[in-house]
Amino acid sequence: MRHAIAAFALLAATGAHAEEYNAVLADKSAVTFVYRQMNVPVEGRFGKFAAQLKFDPVKPATATATIDIDLASIDAGSAEANDEVAGKAWFNSKAFPTARFVATAIRPLGGNRYEAIGKMTIKGRSQDMTAPFTFTSQGRAGIAEGTLAIKRADFAIGEGIWADFGTVANEVQIKFRLQAEAQASKK
Amino acid sequence: MTDQRYTSTAIALHWLMAVLILGSFMVGVYMHDLPLSPMKLKIYSWHKWAGVTIFLLTLARLAWRATHRPPALPAAMPRWQQSAAHVGHVLLYLLMIVIPLTGWLMSSAKGFQTVYFGVLPIPDLLAKNKELGDTLREVHEALNFLMIALVAGHVGAALKHHFVDRDDILTRMAPHRPRKEQAP
Repeated sequence: MRHAIAAFALLAATGAHAEEYNAVLADKSAVTFVYRQMNVPVEGRFGKFAAQLKFDPVKPATATATIDIDLASIDAGSAEANDEVAGKAWFNSKAFPTARFVATAIRPLGGNRYEAIGKMTIKGRSQDMTAPFTFTSQGRAGIAEGTLAIKRADFAIGEGIWADFGTVANEVQIKFRLQAEAQASKK
Repeated sequence: MTDQRYTSTAIALHWLMAVLILGSFMVGVYMHDLPLSPMKLKIYSWHKWAGVTIFLLTLARLAWRATHRPPALPAAMPRWQQSAAHVGHVLLYLLMIVIPLTGWLMSSAKGFQTVYFGVLPIPDLLAKNKELGDTLREVHEALNFLMIALVAGHVGAALKHHFVDRDDILTRMAPHRPRKEQAP
Protein backbone atom coordinates (compact mmCIF):
# COMPACT_ATOMS: atom_id res chain seq x y z
CA MET A 1 0.00 0.00 0.00
CA ARG A 2 2.80 2.32 0.95
CA HIS A 3 4.43 1.51 -2.38
CA ALA A 4 1.29 2.36 -4.21
CA ILE A 5 1.05 5.71 -2.43
CA ALA A 6 4.70 6.42 -3.15
CA ALA A 7 4.21 5.55 -6.77
CA PHE A 8 1.15 7.74 -6.96
CA ALA A 9 3.00 10.61 -5.32
CA LEU A 10 5.86 10.20 -7.79
CA LEU A 11 3.45 10.15 -10.69
CA ALA A 12 1.70 13.25 -9.40
CA ALA A 13 5.01 15.02 -8.87
CA THR A 14 6.32 14.28 -12.35
CA GLY A 15 2.93 14.38 -13.98
CA ALA A 16 3.08 18.13 -14.25
CA HIS A 17 6.10 17.83 -16.57
CA ALA A 18 5.06 14.66 -18.26
CA GLU A 19 4.36 15.18 -21.91
CA GLU A 20 3.24 12.74 -24.44
CA TYR A 21 5.13 13.21 -27.68
CA ASN A 22 2.63 12.23 -30.30
CA ALA A 23 3.28 14.12 -33.54
CA VAL A 24 6.25 12.87 -35.57
CA LEU A 25 7.87 15.51 -37.76
CA ALA A 26 8.69 13.61 -40.94
CA ASP A 27 11.14 16.19 -42.29
CA LYS A 28 13.18 16.09 -39.10
CA SER A 29 13.18 12.33 -38.87
CA ALA A 30 15.20 9.76 -40.77
CA VAL A 31 15.41 6.04 -41.36
CA THR A 32 18.84 4.95 -42.56
CA PHE A 33 20.68 1.66 -42.63
CA VAL A 34 24.15 0.19 -42.83
CA TYR A 35 25.09 -3.09 -44.46
CA ARG A 36 28.39 -4.65 -45.39
CA GLN A 37 29.43 -5.94 -48.80
CA MET A 38 32.89 -7.51 -49.08
CA ASN A 39 33.31 -6.17 -45.55
CA VAL A 40 32.84 -2.60 -46.80
CA PRO A 41 30.25 -0.70 -44.76
CA VAL A 42 27.70 0.89 -47.09
CA GLU A 43 25.11 3.40 -45.93
CA GLY A 44 21.64 3.71 -47.31
CA ARG A 45 18.39 5.40 -46.44
CA PHE A 46 14.66 5.32 -46.96
CA GLY A 47 13.30 8.56 -48.35
CA LYS A 48 9.70 7.85 -47.38
CA PHE A 49 8.33 6.40 -44.20
CA ALA A 50 5.44 7.06 -41.85
CA ALA A 51 5.95 6.89 -38.11
CA GLN A 52 3.36 7.04 -35.39
CA LEU A 53 4.53 7.63 -31.89
CA LYS A 54 2.84 8.18 -28.57
CA PHE A 55 5.55 8.34 -26.01
CA ASP A 56 5.72 9.84 -22.58
CA PRO A 57 9.20 9.32 -21.13
CA VAL A 58 7.67 9.10 -17.67
CA LYS A 59 5.08 6.54 -18.65
CA PRO A 60 6.77 4.37 -21.25
CA ALA A 61 4.38 1.51 -20.45
CA THR A 62 1.56 3.30 -22.21
CA ALA A 63 3.61 4.18 -25.26
CA THR A 64 2.89 3.01 -28.77
CA ALA A 65 5.10 3.21 -31.83
CA THR A 66 4.78 2.14 -35.44
CA ILE A 67 7.07 2.73 -38.40
CA ASP A 68 5.95 2.01 -41.95
CA ILE A 69 8.78 2.17 -44.44
CA ASP A 70 8.12 2.68 -48.15
CA LEU A 71 10.59 0.20 -49.66
CA ALA A 72 10.46 1.78 -53.12
CA SER A 73 12.00 4.92 -51.60
CA ILE A 74 15.24 3.09 -50.82
CA ASP A 75 18.66 4.46 -51.59
CA ALA A 76 20.91 1.43 -51.16
CA GLY A 77 24.10 3.26 -52.13
CA SER A 78 23.99 3.31 -55.94
CA ALA A 79 21.43 3.42 -58.77
CA GLU A 80 22.44 -0.11 -59.71
CA ALA A 81 21.79 -1.36 -56.17
CA ASN A 82 18.43 0.46 -56.01
CA ASP A 83 17.23 -1.33 -59.15
CA GLU A 84 18.54 -4.64 -57.85
CA VAL A 85 16.94 -4.55 -54.38
CA ALA A 86 13.46 -3.77 -55.77
CA GLY A 87 13.52 -7.17 -57.48
CA LYS A 88 12.04 -10.46 -56.32
CA ALA A 89 15.28 -11.78 -54.83
CA TRP A 90 15.44 -8.78 -52.48
CA PHE A 91 12.40 -6.82 -51.28
CA ASN A 92 10.04 -7.70 -54.14
CA SER A 93 8.67 -4.27 -53.40
CA LYS A 94 5.87 -4.45 -55.96
CA ALA A 95 4.29 -7.31 -54.02
CA PHE A 96 5.47 -6.12 -50.58
CA PRO A 97 5.74 -2.34 -50.74
CA THR A 98 6.05 -1.69 -47.01
CA ALA A 99 8.23 -2.80 -44.14
CA ARG A 100 6.57 -2.32 -40.77
CA PHE A 101 7.74 -2.30 -37.19
CA VAL A 102 5.08 -2.26 -34.50
CA ALA A 103 6.15 -1.88 -30.89
CA THR A 104 4.03 -3.88 -28.49
CA ALA A 105 5.84 -2.67 -25.38
CA ILE A 106 8.42 -0.07 -24.45
CA ARG A 107 10.61 -0.67 -21.44
CA PRO A 108 12.81 1.83 -19.62
CA LEU A 109 16.46 0.75 -19.31
CA GLY A 110 17.53 3.60 -17.04
CA GLY A 111 18.53 7.14 -17.83
CA ASN A 112 17.31 8.14 -21.25
CA ARG A 113 17.60 4.61 -22.58
CA TYR A 114 14.63 2.48 -23.51
CA GLU A 115 13.88 -0.54 -25.59
CA ALA A 116 10.99 -1.12 -27.93
CA ILE A 117 9.81 -4.68 -28.12
CA GLY A 118 7.76 -5.51 -31.13
CA LYS A 119 7.34 -7.15 -34.45
CA MET A 120 9.13 -6.40 -37.71
CA THR A 121 7.40 -7.43 -40.92
CA ILE A 122 9.20 -7.38 -44.26
CA LYS A 123 8.34 -9.29 -47.42
CA GLY A 124 5.46 -11.09 -45.70
CA ARG A 125 7.67 -12.44 -42.93
CA SER A 126 7.50 -11.36 -39.29
CA GLN A 127 10.10 -11.49 -36.56
CA ASP A 128 9.98 -10.46 -32.92
CA MET A 129 12.55 -7.77 -32.37
CA THR A 130 13.91 -5.52 -29.67
CA ALA A 131 15.11 -2.07 -30.62
CA PRO A 132 17.18 -0.17 -28.08
CA PHE A 133 16.81 3.58 -28.33
CA THR A 134 17.46 6.80 -26.47
CA PHE A 135 14.94 9.54 -25.93
CA THR A 136 16.00 13.12 -25.41
CA SER A 137 13.89 16.23 -25.05
CA GLN A 138 15.01 19.43 -26.72
CA GLY A 139 12.52 22.14 -25.94
CA ARG A 140 9.20 21.09 -27.40
CA ALA A 141 10.76 18.31 -29.40
CA GLY A 142 11.50 14.80 -28.29
CA ILE A 143 13.97 12.73 -30.26
CA ALA A 144 13.97 8.94 -30.28
CA GLU A 145 17.14 7.49 -31.77
CA GLY A 146 17.80 3.82 -32.01
CA THR A 147 18.65 0.75 -34.00
CA LEU A 148 16.79 -2.24 -35.33
CA ALA A 149 19.43 -4.89 -35.96
CA ILE A 150 17.95 -7.34 -38.42
CA LYS A 151 19.27 -10.38 -40.21
CA ARG A 152 18.28 -10.13 -43.83
CA ALA A 153 17.92 -13.91 -44.20
CA ASP A 154 15.11 -13.87 -41.59
CA PHE A 155 13.06 -11.93 -44.11
CA ALA A 156 14.34 -13.62 -47.28
CA ILE A 157 15.97 -10.35 -48.35
CA GLY A 158 18.54 -11.42 -50.91
CA GLU A 159 17.65 -14.87 -52.18
CA GLY A 160 19.25 -17.16 -54.76
CA ILE A 161 22.74 -16.00 -55.73
CA TRP A 162 22.61 -13.40 -52.94
CA ALA A 163 21.77 -15.89 -50.17
CA ASP A 164 25.45 -16.40 -49.37
CA PHE A 165 26.69 -13.97 -46.71
CA GLY A 166 30.24 -13.93 -48.11
CA THR A 167 29.59 -10.88 -50.28
CA VAL A 168 26.61 -9.20 -48.61
CA ALA A 169 26.56 -9.78 -44.86
CA ASN A 170 23.47 -11.09 -43.11
CA GLU A 171 23.42 -8.32 -40.50
CA VAL A 172 21.78 -5.05 -41.42
CA GLN A 173 21.41 -2.20 -38.97
CA ILE A 174 18.36 -0.04 -39.50
CA LYS A 175 18.78 3.25 -37.69
CA PHE A 176 15.87 5.49 -36.89
CA ARG A 177 15.73 9.04 -35.68
CA LEU A 178 12.21 10.16 -34.91
CA GLN A 179 11.59 13.70 -33.85
CA ALA A 180 8.18 14.34 -32.32
CA GLU A 181 6.33 17.12 -30.62
CA ALA A 182 3.66 17.06 -27.97
CA GLN A 183 0.45 18.22 -29.50
CA ALA A 184 -2.80 18.60 -27.60
CA SER A 185 -5.31 16.00 -28.65
CA LYS A 186 -8.38 17.43 -30.30
CA LYS A 187 -10.95 15.95 -28.02
CA MET B 1 83.46 -4.94 -63.98
CA THR B 2 80.07 -3.37 -63.48
CA ASP B 3 76.97 -5.46 -63.20
CA GLN B 4 74.85 -4.82 -66.25
CA ARG B 5 71.79 -6.51 -64.77
CA TYR B 6 69.11 -5.13 -62.51
CA THR B 7 69.18 -6.54 -58.99
CA SER B 8 66.89 -9.50 -58.31
CA THR B 9 64.71 -7.21 -56.14
CA ALA B 10 64.18 -4.83 -59.04
CA ILE B 11 63.51 -7.72 -61.44
CA ALA B 12 61.02 -9.35 -59.07
CA LEU B 13 59.16 -6.06 -58.53
CA HIS B 14 59.12 -5.33 -62.28
CA TRP B 15 57.52 -8.65 -63.27
CA LEU B 16 55.15 -8.82 -60.31
CA MET B 17 53.86 -5.39 -61.22
CA ALA B 18 53.67 -6.29 -64.92
CA VAL B 19 51.30 -9.14 -64.02
CA LEU B 20 49.29 -7.03 -61.56
CA ILE B 21 48.94 -4.06 -63.92
CA LEU B 22 47.92 -6.10 -66.97
CA GLY B 23 45.60 -8.24 -64.85
CA SER B 24 43.95 -5.23 -63.18
CA PHE B 25 43.58 -3.49 -66.52
CA MET B 26 41.84 -6.45 -68.13
CA VAL B 27 39.65 -7.01 -65.06
CA GLY B 28 38.78 -3.29 -65.05
CA VAL B 29 37.70 -3.37 -68.70
CA TYR B 30 35.70 -6.54 -68.09
CA MET B 31 34.01 -5.68 -64.81
CA HIS B 32 32.46 -2.27 -65.37
CA ASP B 33 29.46 -3.36 -67.40
CA LEU B 34 28.76 -6.63 -65.63
CA PRO B 35 25.21 -6.91 -64.25
CA LEU B 36 25.13 -6.60 -60.47
CA SER B 37 25.89 -9.94 -58.82
CA PRO B 38 27.93 -11.21 -55.87
CA MET B 39 30.68 -12.02 -58.39
CA LYS B 40 30.72 -8.42 -59.59
CA LEU B 41 31.10 -7.17 -56.00
CA LYS B 42 33.95 -9.64 -55.46
CA ILE B 43 35.71 -8.65 -58.68
CA TYR B 44 35.42 -4.95 -57.80
CA SER B 45 37.00 -5.61 -54.41
CA TRP B 46 39.80 -7.70 -55.92
CA HIS B 47 40.47 -4.94 -58.45
CA LYS B 48 40.69 -2.36 -55.64
CA TRP B 49 42.99 -4.59 -53.58
CA ALA B 50 45.23 -5.07 -56.64
CA GLY B 51 45.28 -1.29 -57.13
CA VAL B 52 46.36 -0.67 -53.53
CA THR B 53 49.02 -3.36 -53.94
CA ILE B 54 50.30 -1.74 -57.15
CA PHE B 55 50.47 1.60 -55.35
CA LEU B 56 52.47 0.12 -52.44
CA LEU B 57 54.80 -1.82 -54.76
CA THR B 58 55.40 1.37 -56.76
CA LEU B 59 56.55 3.06 -53.56
CA ALA B 60 58.91 0.11 -53.02
CA ARG B 61 60.23 0.49 -56.56
CA LEU B 62 60.76 4.22 -56.11
CA ALA B 63 62.66 3.44 -52.90
CA TRP B 64 64.79 0.98 -54.90
CA ARG B 65 65.44 3.62 -57.58
CA ALA B 66 66.40 6.14 -54.90
CA THR B 67 68.99 3.79 -53.45
CA HIS B 68 70.29 2.06 -56.60
CA ARG B 69 71.62 3.25 -59.89
CA PRO B 70 69.95 1.29 -62.69
CA PRO B 71 72.25 -0.17 -65.33
CA ALA B 72 73.18 2.45 -67.93
CA LEU B 73 71.58 2.50 -71.36
CA PRO B 74 73.82 1.29 -74.20
CA ALA B 75 76.18 4.06 -75.29
CA ALA B 76 75.30 3.32 -78.94
CA MET B 77 71.67 4.31 -78.33
CA PRO B 78 70.79 7.61 -80.07
CA ARG B 79 70.25 10.49 -77.70
CA TRP B 80 66.56 10.94 -78.65
CA GLN B 81 65.90 7.30 -77.82
CA GLN B 82 67.61 7.69 -74.44
CA SER B 83 65.42 10.73 -73.74
CA ALA B 84 62.28 8.92 -74.90
CA ALA B 85 63.13 5.97 -72.65
CA HIS B 86 63.65 8.29 -69.71
CA VAL B 87 60.38 10.19 -70.28
CA GLY B 88 58.51 6.91 -70.82
CA HIS B 89 59.75 5.48 -67.53
CA VAL B 90 58.94 8.66 -65.60
CA LEU B 91 55.40 8.61 -67.04
CA LEU B 92 54.97 4.94 -66.19
CA TYR B 93 55.98 5.55 -62.57
CA LEU B 94 53.70 8.59 -62.42
CA LEU B 95 50.73 6.60 -63.70
CA MET B 96 51.47 3.69 -61.34
CA ILE B 97 51.00 6.22 -58.51
CA VAL B 98 48.19 8.34 -59.95
CA ILE B 99 45.94 5.59 -61.34
CA PRO B 100 45.48 3.80 -57.98
CA LEU B 101 44.87 7.21 -56.38
CA THR B 102 42.12 8.06 -58.88
CA GLY B 103 40.60 4.63 -58.28
CA TRP B 104 40.58 5.17 -54.53
CA LEU B 105 39.11 8.68 -54.87
CA MET B 106 36.48 7.45 -57.33
CA SER B 107 35.50 4.67 -54.97
CA SER B 108 35.08 7.17 -52.11
CA ALA B 109 33.10 9.60 -54.28
CA LYS B 110 30.82 6.77 -55.34
CA GLY B 111 30.20 5.99 -51.66
CA PHE B 112 32.17 2.76 -51.36
CA GLN B 113 35.10 2.76 -49.01
CA THR B 114 38.13 0.70 -49.99
CA VAL B 115 38.82 -1.99 -47.40
CA TYR B 116 42.19 -3.56 -48.26
CA PHE B 117 41.83 -7.35 -48.38
CA GLY B 118 38.53 -6.88 -46.55
CA VAL B 119 40.35 -6.07 -43.30
CA LEU B 120 42.12 -2.72 -43.55
CA PRO B 121 39.75 0.23 -44.15
CA ILE B 122 41.44 3.00 -46.10
CA PRO B 123 40.01 6.37 -45.09
CA ASP B 124 37.80 8.20 -47.55
CA LEU B 125 39.32 11.51 -48.58
CA LEU B 126 36.20 12.49 -50.51
CA ALA B 127 32.61 12.44 -49.37
CA LYS B 128 29.99 10.77 -51.53
CA ASN B 129 29.34 12.88 -54.62
CA LYS B 130 27.87 11.26 -57.72
CA GLU B 131 29.07 13.85 -60.28
CA LEU B 132 32.60 13.82 -58.90
CA GLY B 133 32.52 10.01 -58.86
CA ASP B 134 31.53 9.91 -62.55
CA THR B 135 34.26 12.42 -63.45
CA LEU B 136 36.89 10.43 -61.56
CA ARG B 137 35.72 7.27 -63.33
CA GLU B 138 36.42 8.94 -66.67
CA VAL B 139 39.81 10.18 -65.47
CA HIS B 140 40.69 6.69 -64.16
CA GLU B 141 39.68 5.16 -67.50
CA ALA B 142 41.54 7.71 -69.66
CA LEU B 143 44.74 7.38 -67.60
CA ASN B 144 44.51 3.61 -67.92
CA PHE B 145 44.36 3.76 -71.69
CA LEU B 146 47.32 6.13 -71.65
CA MET B 147 49.09 3.63 -69.39
CA ILE B 148 48.38 0.70 -71.66
CA ALA B 149 49.65 2.69 -74.68
CA LEU B 150 52.86 3.40 -72.75
CA VAL B 151 53.16 -0.27 -71.77
CA ALA B 152 52.76 -1.25 -75.44
CA GLY B 153 55.55 1.21 -76.33
CA HIS B 154 57.66 -0.14 -73.44
CA VAL B 155 57.24 -3.75 -74.62
CA GLY B 156 57.76 -2.79 -78.26
CA ALA B 157 60.97 -0.93 -77.43
CA ALA B 158 62.28 -3.84 -75.34
CA LEU B 159 61.61 -6.29 -78.18
CA LYS B 160 63.24 -3.94 -80.71
CA HIS B 161 66.35 -3.74 -78.49
CA HIS B 162 66.45 -7.51 -78.18
CA PHE B 163 65.75 -8.58 -81.76
CA VAL B 164 66.88 -5.61 -83.85
CA ASP B 165 69.62 -3.89 -81.86
CA ARG B 166 70.60 -7.18 -80.20
CA ASP B 167 71.66 -5.43 -76.99
CA ASP B 168 71.12 -6.49 -73.37
CA ILE B 169 68.19 -4.16 -72.53
CA LEU B 170 65.68 -7.01 -72.33
CA THR B 171 67.91 -9.70 -70.83
CA ARG B 172 69.10 -7.50 -67.96
CA MET B 173 65.49 -7.31 -66.74
CA ALA B 174 64.75 -10.97 -67.60
CA PRO B 175 63.72 -13.17 -64.68
CA HIS B 176 66.59 -15.63 -65.31
CA ARG B 177 70.22 -14.82 -65.77
CA PRO B 178 71.10 -15.94 -69.30
CA ARG B 179 73.84 -18.51 -69.67
CA LYS B 180 77.23 -16.97 -70.25
CA GLU B 181 78.11 -17.25 -73.89
CA GLN B 182 81.39 -19.00 -74.58
CA ALA B 183 83.95 -16.92 -76.32
CA PRO B 184 84.81 -18.51 -79.65
